[in-house]
Amino acid sequence: MTELSLPARFEGVEMIQRVRIPARLAYEFTAGVATSRFLRQVVRKRLVGERCPVCTKVYVPPRGACPTCGVATAEQVELGHTGTITSYCIVNVAFYGQAMDLPYVSALVLLDGSDLPIMHLIGEVPYDEVHMGMRVEAVWEDGDEMEPTLEAIRYFRPTGEPDADPATYGEHV
Amino acid sequence: MRDVAVVAFAQSASAQEGDRNEVEVLMPVVTEVRDQVGVTTADLDFVCSGSTDYQAGVPFSFVMTLDAIGPWPPIRESHVDMDGAWALYEAWVKIQMGAADTALVYAYGKSSPGDIRRVLSRQLDPYVTAPLWPDPDALAALQARCLLDADMATEADFASVAARSLAAAEANPHAVVAGARSVEDLLDEAYLASPLRRHDCPPVTDGAAAVILAAGDRARDLCERPAWITGIDHRIDPHQLGMRDLTAAPSVRVAAERAGVADGPVDVAELHTPYSHQELIVRRELGLADGTEVNPSGGALVANAVMAAGLVRIGEVAERISSGRAGRGVAHATSGPCLQQNLVCVLEGDRGR
Amino acid sequence: MGAERVAVVGVGQTKHDAVRGDVSIAGLVHEAAQRALDDAELDWADIDAVVIGKAPDFFEGVMMPELYLADALGAVGKPMFRVHTAGSVGGSTAIVASDLVAAGIHRRVLTVAFEVQSVSEAMWALSFPYPFQPPMHAGAGGYFAPHIRSYIRRSGAPDHIGILVALKDRRHALGNPYAHLHEPDITFESVRDSIMLWEPIRYSETCPSSDGACAMVLTDEAGGDAAAASGRAPAWVRGTAVRSEPTLAAGRDQVSPLAGRECAAAVYREAGITDPAAEIDAAEIYVPFSWFEPMWLENLGLCDVGDGWRLVDEGVTQLGGDLPVNCSGGVLSTNPIGASGMLRFAEAALQVRGAAGDHQVDGAQLALGHAYGGGSQFFAMWVVGAAKP
Repeated sequence: MTELSLPARFEGVEMIQRVRIPARLAYEFTAGVATSRFLRQVVRKRLVGERCPVCTKVYVPPRGACPTCGVATAEQVELGHTGTITSYCIVNVAFYGQAMDLPYVSALVLLDGSDLPIMHLIGEVPYDEVHMGMRVEAVWEDGDEMEPTLEAIRYFRPTGEPDADPATYGEHV
Repeated sequence: MRDVAVVAFAQSASAQEGDRNEVEVLMPVVTEVRDQVGVTTADLDFVCSGSTDYQAGVPFSFVMTLDAIGPWPPIRESHVDMDGAWALYEAWVKIQMGAADTALVYAYGKSSPGDIRRVLSRQLDPYVTAPLWPDPDALAALQARCLLDADMATEADFASVAARSLAAAEANPHAVVAGARSVEDLLDEAYLASPLRRHDCPPVTDGAAAVILAAGDRARDLCERPAWITGIDHRIDPHQLGMRDLTAAPSVRVAAERAGVADGPVDVAELHTPYSHQELIVRRELGLADGTEVNPSGGALVANAVMAAGLVRIGEVAERISSGRAGRGVAHATSGPCLQQNLVCVLEGDRGR
Repeated sequence: MGAERVAVVGVGQTKHDAVRGDVSIAGLVHEAAQRALDDAELDWADIDAVVIGKAPDFFEGVMMPELYLADALGAVGKPMFRVHTAGSVGGSTAIVASDLVAAGIHRRVLTVAFEVQSVSEAMWALSFPYPFQPPMHAGAGGYFAPHIRSYIRRSGAPDHIGILVALKDRRHALGNPYAHLHEPDITFESVRDSIMLWEPIRYSETCPSSDGACAMVLTDEAGGDAAAASGRAPAWVRGTAVRSEPTLAAGRDQVSPLAGRECAAAVYREAGITDPAAEIDAAEIYVPFSWFEPMWLENLGLCDVGDGWRLVDEGVTQLGGDLPVNCSGGVLSTNPIGASGMLRFAEAALQVRGAAGDHQVDGAQLALGHAYGGGSQFFAMWVVGAAKP
């Protein structure tokens, strides 16, 4: 470090190592046209993805553009509420804003009929029984009117079906 | 140096993007600029973008916006947390070094979701200045006051700049404010931050811009009349306002010298001066002659999509050259409080080439 | 590569720590930059331009901090350029600086990267709970852990591989006085028994959160020759490459992203490397979670697909092995996010300059620096050599 020589009156002055400067900024976020279409269905407990007109992949939630083709997705595709776990992790650390009891499972769930897994929680099953290929279904929050967020799904739980054929989800592992 | 030109330019701007997110704002602009010259993302050698997380209110905000260009198969790409004019500079460097012959440059920013004046105060020294939350209008007003006190300008001069910009905006479909007003009329308005009035300050704007650069024969293939970049340079001044003579912008002067502004007549200049008095400073530092048409688009006083507005200036000049309305022009971009950082770009048609 | 050859003639970094309360942000970047200039035997006035990089501005609560840092980095009156490409930014920043020299625009460029993670809550800045997006349930580790699990499933790697990488890098860090973590008492058992944060990722298999900065001085060929003539070996830039792909795309391989494979192929091609595993003497690879070492070894083409973990198991990647990886201690020992990529690039340069001190690979001639960012979709790499290209 550079050597500093201070005027005598500063000698012995305690160095300030931290100042606390609270800063608050408010933003009004916009979901976007495509994601809004999706969220307006989520409040009705429906999962509606969108298909790329070029590569035909189905994205849920749609985000406005097909990320590989750079074109708007428009054709809506209603999906069921079931899917397959392609991978997961067991979380043992309390995370900001997360109410699940430890340990809990955060998984990649490939919804049937879609082409990109979403990340969500897995419930109603011991954490050490979760595995790749497990079939799961959405468990929605109570009530008829959901908030327009994927958190309207509380978590996914096993359906009890046999595991999915690896050929159906292998490219996502 | 290789000959590099702007061969296509597209933009969008509005006072507030209602429903569209950043991807949805950007995608049509990028599609338009590619379509102008008939290329796809895969045809382009390099992509560089400019945007800033604080404006979006989201860390890594540029990451998802990349979806708008469809970066697949993988592309050579970079991002600057600066105005898109600097993204263009990085792309120009890639072409200069021979690592690319074409490049897509884009920039975007939505100022309406947050309070852009509070947001921009976060650019200041975090220990001594930012905690005071001085907004950019107030800082610009200090600068304007310095000009008045030095007898370098009058409030009527500020109003003249605003009046000319508002009148020019009537012909600019991307202007978010427009309408001819007399200087006297403008001087009757109340102060926003004395000595600046509302019309001396930039409107809140959401928008995006995109440019395609190409080198040499590739540029001639893509565009009938490319706007050649004959010089480009950028410089920065000290951050602390107390260390600067606010009536001057030495970084503009140095960048202008390096870019060769004085090497020929300047038909048109697009200056990124969000405050009316700043046009007077930048114009002086650039050494523009009286005959130069300044901000025919209306400039940043009529549409100021923060992070894209500098790139828009380059595009506006290039478009005038490519359409044959101008032979040689200067574009300027700025960043930071009171013109701290500046980029100057000289563009020229085929004359002399 | 441009017409002009590029040489690294100065490298500087700060002592990295969980909290560097003794310096301001400006003081921290100045410390690294001054050391790079001292190493290069150059003065501030010798520098033509400054290129700075860092990850999100929310970490420090300063928007576009290059404006505020212009004075501390001697950039006044010069070009000052700011890069932000997520976690790969330290590498991308060095490449922008290298390009400026390679294109013949500047002769001497100072490049700096930093992060002061102690200022704000890093976890917050990394996984900001903003509306309308799929929820992040477990932070960065929770994002990457499922992909690590996929790697383990594909390769059949045994559980102890992650432990071995962590143990190796933390031991390497003992030879690097600037490293954040110095854990002389670390053992296989202590890593194994550390808490399983995001199974399969243990606490001791994750990177720390650091304050720190890194800087390099890059010059043209004449500058490199002058350094060599005065007995200070330069590192010559033999190749650079960047690649990006979309974050969330159907069919994207998040274990071995195509962008990473193509970036590696490009940088080897430019450097004239045909057999990377044989020709590269030292590699500094961005490994924030220990399992990423075998994953990246495969992605980088340094071994066959499925064999990355075998190299770890056989000790090939430790100092003294055939392909030493992260002899500095790597990201697992030091992680000021925005600087982590540049540290990889700078440590690669130190190796071929023979200036890596106690973590030097004997006789290193060619070294790889690697950085990645986001959800493994942004890549930046360079190859540096002791010999002029």
